Amino acid sequence: MSDPTNTAMLPEQFSELEPFAPTWCLATEHERYAQRLASTMDEMQAFYDALFPRAEEAIAYCEKFPLDDLPDDARHLLELLHSLVMVSFPVEAWHQPHIPDSGAAYLDLLVEPLP
Amino acid sequence: MAKIAKPPEGSWTAHYPELGTEPMSYEDSISPEFYELEREAIFKRTWLNVGRVEQLSRRGSYFTKELAFANTSVVIVRGMDGEIRAFHNICRHRGNKLVWTDFPREESSGSCRQFVCKYHGWKYELDGACSYVQQEEEFFDLDKADYGLVPVHCDVWSGFIFVNLDKEPSQSLVEFLGPMITAMDGYPFDQMTERFSYRAVVGSNWKLFMDAFQEFYHAPILHARQSPIAARPEVQAAGFEGLHYEIEGPHRMVTTYGGRGWLLPPEMLKPMETVTRSGLFGPWDAPDLGDLPAGVNPQNKQPWGLDSFQIWPNFVILIWERGWYLTYHYWPTAFTTHVFEGNLYFVPAKDARERLAHEMAAVTFKEYALQDGNTLEATQIMLESRVVTAFPLNDQEVLCRHLHKVAAEWVDEYAREGAAR
Repeated sequence: MSDPTNTAMLPEQFSELEPFAPTWCLATEHERYAQRLASTMDEMQAFYDALFPRAEEAIAYCEKFPLDDLPDDARHLLELLHSLVMVSFPVEAWHQPHIPDSGAAYLDLLVEPLP
Repeated sequence: MAKIAKPPEGSWTAHYPELGTEPMSYEDSISPEFYELEREAIFKRTWLNVGRVEQLSRRGSYFTKELAFANTSVVIVRGMDGEIRAFHNICRHRGNKLVWTDFPREESSGSCRQFVCKYHGWKYELDGACSYVQQEEEFFDLDKADYGLVPVHCDVWSGFIFVNLDKEPSQSLVEFLGPMITAMDGYPFDQMTERFSYRAVVGSNWKLFMDAFQEFYHAPILHARQSPIAARPEVQAAGFEGLHYEIEGPHRMVTTYGGRGWLLPPEMLKPMETVTRSGLFGPWDAPDLGDLPAGVNPQNKQPWGLDSFQIWPNFVILIWERGWYLTYHYWPTAFTTHVFEGNLYFVPAKDARERLAHEMAAVTFKEYALQDGNTLEATQIMLESRVVTAFPLNDQEVLCRHLHKVAAEWVDEYAREGAAR
């Protein structure tokens, strides 16, 4: 077994969220939207239920650093929060991954701030 | 029951009596012949916004814009003298597209010192002058001075870059925009450089999407499920009433209330709105922009939510009370299709909390826009049946009435000029 701290993506105090990190620490909206459409409601609900209660704490952690110079673990945590925003619509509003009646319609995000 | 004051004539529509109140035809959105006329009468001879000066941040910065309605592409460039110019994106030698990357039909941007044609290596200065011809001695009486890039009229207002494909535009850009639009001058567009840029191909006539975003009568219904269950009856019962409508020349605007999430009880909000302190109307904690120009919320209505300026023919600037703005562009590609572009602009986030509030606003925007976009295709399909040919528009849809009237006037004017020629 390797030392788990070597593979951790998130700050130590958020280690309970590590199982979600490989799936939801995604840099771009394009990736986050695709992951949403590829996920089941159960998967997104589990992610939402784990992160939502700690969202304020996570924001407070990330905002201590300059946005253009986030340490890797804080950047991953912010990406996880971006994904929480993404899944909040299926979880809180639609009760399905797709926007209702959006069919094959798409709206590509071509330019966005990073992270 | 109307709760918001209307003009003394009794309605916004009656305030502009030339609009009439009779049911409207949508033949202008389902007729290939009318679209062909729009291309000539409207799009090839008016000022069109193609971007912002921030996209040309330094000398040599350029971007291209595909203008399908004119079967052309233009390149917009900041020259070595700092001036912004536009040219048709065609090499004078044998007509190759001059500036493109990998895919000839896709838009491109970057930075260069001169343009070099990929085909035979002809070179052009950024002011359009032809500076180099490969094996010039092989040509016959060729004078490079005769082979500069074909210029396109280009001007800038408040950092917005406009082009006009007409040989001799009948109005300057500022004359064309008129006092209602230029009264926004001084709004700090230049501070709002954090950008989210969306694009979609939409299966409807361009005017149908303009209509969708220039009335909010649809909002409590089409977007009902975006509201928490507790809020839905109130939202739907309230319906929508604009605070102020204004029409000037070919342009129009509406001021609306709304969006004060921080004043609502939590059960009226999505939980994620409460956590991010943000939503459709933007971050609840607005940047300090100082005094706004007179043209923004021109009637000083309260509680102010947003102003939506519909700039003829296909450009929208929407200014939110919470200190950010967005633009829409609707670029026709055929009578049943257009390219939609939406750009959201914020004062750059200074920390992760502000950045997340921007993300919430941007993601919410997309949820709404995708609902709108697909509904338009459904409208286009059934309009084309021509089973029904007259449609009643209410007073909150007054701006839709105006758009179609202006389109008809420009097409008629073009036809009259043709008859006179």
